[in-house]
Amino acid sequence: MTPLLEVDDLHVSFATPRGAVRAVQGVSLSLEQGTTLGIVGESGSGKTVLSRAIMGLLPRHSATQTGSVRYQGNEILNAPNDELRQLWGTHIAMVFQDPMTSLNPVLRIGRQITETLRIHLDLTKSEAKETALSLLMQVGIPSPVERFNAYPGQLSGGMRQRVMIAIALACAPNLLMADEPTTGLDVTVQAQILDLLSTLQHERQMAMILVTHDLGVVATRADEIIVMYAGNVVERAPTNVLFTQMSMPYTEALLGSMPRISYPSHTRLLSIDGRPPDLLSPPAGCPFAPRCPYAQGKCHREKPTLVEGAVPGHSYACWFPLPIREKAATS
Amino acid sequence: MSDQITPPAIAATATAAADEPEEELTTKSLGLFFWICVGWITLVIVMALIADLLPLPDPNIGNFNGSQNAGPGWGHLLGTDDLYRDIFSRLIFGARVSLVVGFGGTGLGLILGGIPAMVSAYRRGRVDTLLNTTSYVVLAFPAIVAVIAIVTFWGHALWKITLVIGIAGAPLIFRVIRASTLSYATRDFVLAAKALGASDRRILAREILPNIMPTVVSFGLIAVATIIVLEGSLSFLGLSVSPPTPSWGNMLNEGSSLLTGAKGQTNPWLVIFPASAMFLLLFSLNVVADKLRSHFDVTEIKL
Amino acid sequence: MGRYIAKRVVLLIIIIFFVSVASFFLVHLLPGNPVDTILGPNATPANTLIVNHELGLDKPLWEQYFIWISHVFQGNLGQSYTTHQTTSNIIGQSFPIDVELIIGSQLLAFAVAFPMAMSASRRPNGLFDQVANSTTFGMLALPPFVIAPVLVLLFAVHWHVFPGPASYVPLTQNLWTNLHAILLPSIVLAMGSIVVYFRLLRNDLIATLQEDFITMARSKGLTDRRIMWRHALRPSSVSLLASAGVTIGSLIAGTFVVELLLQMPGLGYQLIFSVNQDDYTVVQGITLVVAVAIVLINFLFDFLFTVVDPRIARE
Repeated sequence: MTPLLEVDDLHVSFATPRGAVRAVQGVSLSLEQGTTLGIVGESGSGKTVLSRAIMGLLPRHSATQTGSVRYQGNEILNAPNDELRQLWGTHIAMVFQDPMTSLNPVLRIGRQITETLRIHLDLTKSEAKETALSLLMQVGIPSPVERFNAYPGQLSGGMRQRVMIAIALACAPNLLMADEPTTGLDVTVQAQILDLLSTLQHERQMAMILVTHDLGVVATRADEIIVMYAGNVVERAPTNVLFTQMSMPYTEALLGSMPRISYPSHTRLLSIDGRPPDLLSPPAGCPFAPRCPYAQGKCHREKPTLVEGAVPGHSYACWFPLPIREKAATS
Repeated sequence: MSDQITPPAIAATATAAADEPEEELTTKSLGLFFWICVGWITLVIVMALIADLLPLPDPNIGNFNGSQNAGPGWGHLLGTDDLYRDIFSRLIFGARVSLVVGFGGTGLGLILGGIPAMVSAYRRGRVDTLLNTTSYVVLAFPAIVAVIAIVTFWGHALWKITLVIGIAGAPLIFRVIRASTLSYATRDFVLAAKALGASDRRILAREILPNIMPTVVSFGLIAVATIIVLEGSLSFLGLSVSPPTPSWGNMLNEGSSLLTGAKGQTNPWLVIFPASAMFLLLFSLNVVADKLRSHFDVTEIKL
Repeated sequence: MGRYIAKRVVLLIIIIFFVSVASFFLVHLLPGNPVDTILGPNATPANTLIVNHELGLDKPLWEQYFIWISHVFQGNLGQSYTTHQTTSNIIGQSFPIDVELIIGSQLLAFAVAFPMAMSASRRPNGLFDQVANSTTFGMLALPPFVIAPVLVLLFAVHWHVFPGPASYVPLTQNLWTNLHAILLPSIVLAMGSIVVYFRLLRNDLIATLQEDFITMARSKGLTDRRIMWRHALRPSSVSLLASAGVTIGSLIAGTFVVELLLQMPGLGYQLIFSVNQDDYTVVQGITLVVAVAIVLINFLFDFLFTVVDPRIARE
């Protein structure tokens, strides 16, 4: 059976006055109906560009995309806008990073939800309104009848993100792309939104790509995790494997920079020194080498490729993955 | 917009684009077109200045033995009008009116509006609030009506027109310069100068003025163009300098009355030449102002 | 919302008061004497005193202002010294011409500027954008007194497409003749507005089209057309509306040139006429009406903003 979504060797670069910015460098992934893929990386890792490239939302005149993106077996990379528009909203939908700027500030909430319903599903005005109200209810918005006529500015951030989820789910898509859906929200609200997404996903048997900088967010919610760094996939594994057999020092570093309840108070969080490399002129070797505590000569010279690990489905791009290094240290 | 909400790669593109002019500022040239426009403005100014020295026929008295309403030709470069007067000569002398009122009115406006604006924005306090509110109220009043009324009752001498237009333009100039000064008045280098004990006058002249100069120059040139249009309209309505003194506006007026056959004759050249002269001067002023504005990265001023 | 309007109304009243004072004193403090106009050659010192008293000109200025303004509130703007028509009558006859010219020119300006800005903003710095930018930049250098004679020369004198001067008839008399006569001056007046509207809308549209909510709208599968009209246009029209308020205001008295050139007896035409006649009651009346109209239009547009962009009223 063909997977719902298959991405093969996807490259994305942006033309800038100073040269090409290679934001995504050869990413492959696949996703089955009903499963969740987590894409993790710090800002600038290319995860947002990747998600937008998969959807086909990047501006054509400045972004060059090569490789392959297949949805239900059909090639959609660089497909004409008219063709993509048939997928957008109805097959693939997106929840954006910032609920403050992603809703149109001058249109009422109701209009922004019913719009897609009326266009894609040909509903009448009253049918659309009814559906929209039930959607608002499903995403947990109290007194939806009043909210229906509100402007985005009259709602809190959490409420707006719920509205955005309602818009994304309006036409029952098969694949939901959630790009940092909780970044701008309070911690308590973050958990609510993520739980809401999981619940709705299971109810609807939807596939989901959850893009985040926070390993904790995907730890309990994703079936598989991809770790990105400087436009490259540096490690990918089923969730439980990743957390038990972590091989790439960057993944370890990401985990180390997360606060945990089990830590005694005043524990110093590990920070990753330095900055991600300049994507205009990436270094010759491993992109993480300049910041990697274990980096050796080879790391600076040659770029590691993704190799299969011991467990099926686990691969990493590292010359000296953690278990090997530990062995070297003990011997 | 914060970085947080912009997708990284797009943010990178944006920063790259924003960085570019900064790096190239020293080498970025204003372009040939800019210099052609500067050249044209200079040419018009020089011609108007030395008009008396040029071998031109008298602009006010026609040669009644010559030809009337002639087209362009060797005897009269751009032809003659219905009173046998040389159009080329009248255009050059007419430029004086536009230039004197345009640059004079702007200069006066800068003195009357600009200097108080700098002091007001620098000192703040009640006087600033008062002046600011006043400028709002004054700007609500239709300046053109006031200018027409005053000029008509007071007289049409060139200096009176310049004075009235300069005063009328002062509130607008006040607002622009005030806004520009405000953005510098609290910067660190101003505070540093204050801490070193520099006098207010010195800070305004040495620290703030050089920084707001790009705004003053590009906005000033737009003001010159705007005032030239205003004077031209007044001239066209017969409310500026009295005939026979030529101005491009009153030439256009005479040309139009000939056009429509009010005097039984037609002479399209008398419309075409002053209209072209006016267009080229205004166009050049606008181009120079606009290029300077983008060169010095001054935010667009809404007039 | 209520607070916003209340604040605006208070400001409106203050500005109208100042505008009325300015209209009154502007004309009063100027040289030129209505008594001389009325008496003409009969101006003996004795006669002058009598007329001065009749007109109330011997009272203190502030008292004269209050008499004048109380008359204004009763709808009495005085009477022309020369034609003996009431000022309200003169304004009543000429104002419709300006209203027609303003509506005509603004409809034209919007009809040109909107599609131009929308096409240009799709590909910033693309071919169409560059052509549109340079064209409007050229139009910036074509004020009415420059372009009007040229257009009259071409279209009325040379090709006879439009009627020449003095061909205006009121709307009620002959609709076709009226519209035909209005078109050329409307084109002239539209030029300036097109430049301003195009540049503002283009810049704002380009900024808006980069907003997250536009990407969001695309991801909903909306057509580009719908995104432009429903999602981008409204949040981008605020500065355009602001400048439309100012432009329309300035057009009320800014139609002098075309009105004089084409002999249309609008407000601008009447003002110049009365100014030349030293007819100061009429000048005072027209100044007041024009100024108040401008202030009211700006107020109306301030209010329109809140309808177009609900963010403004909340600030």
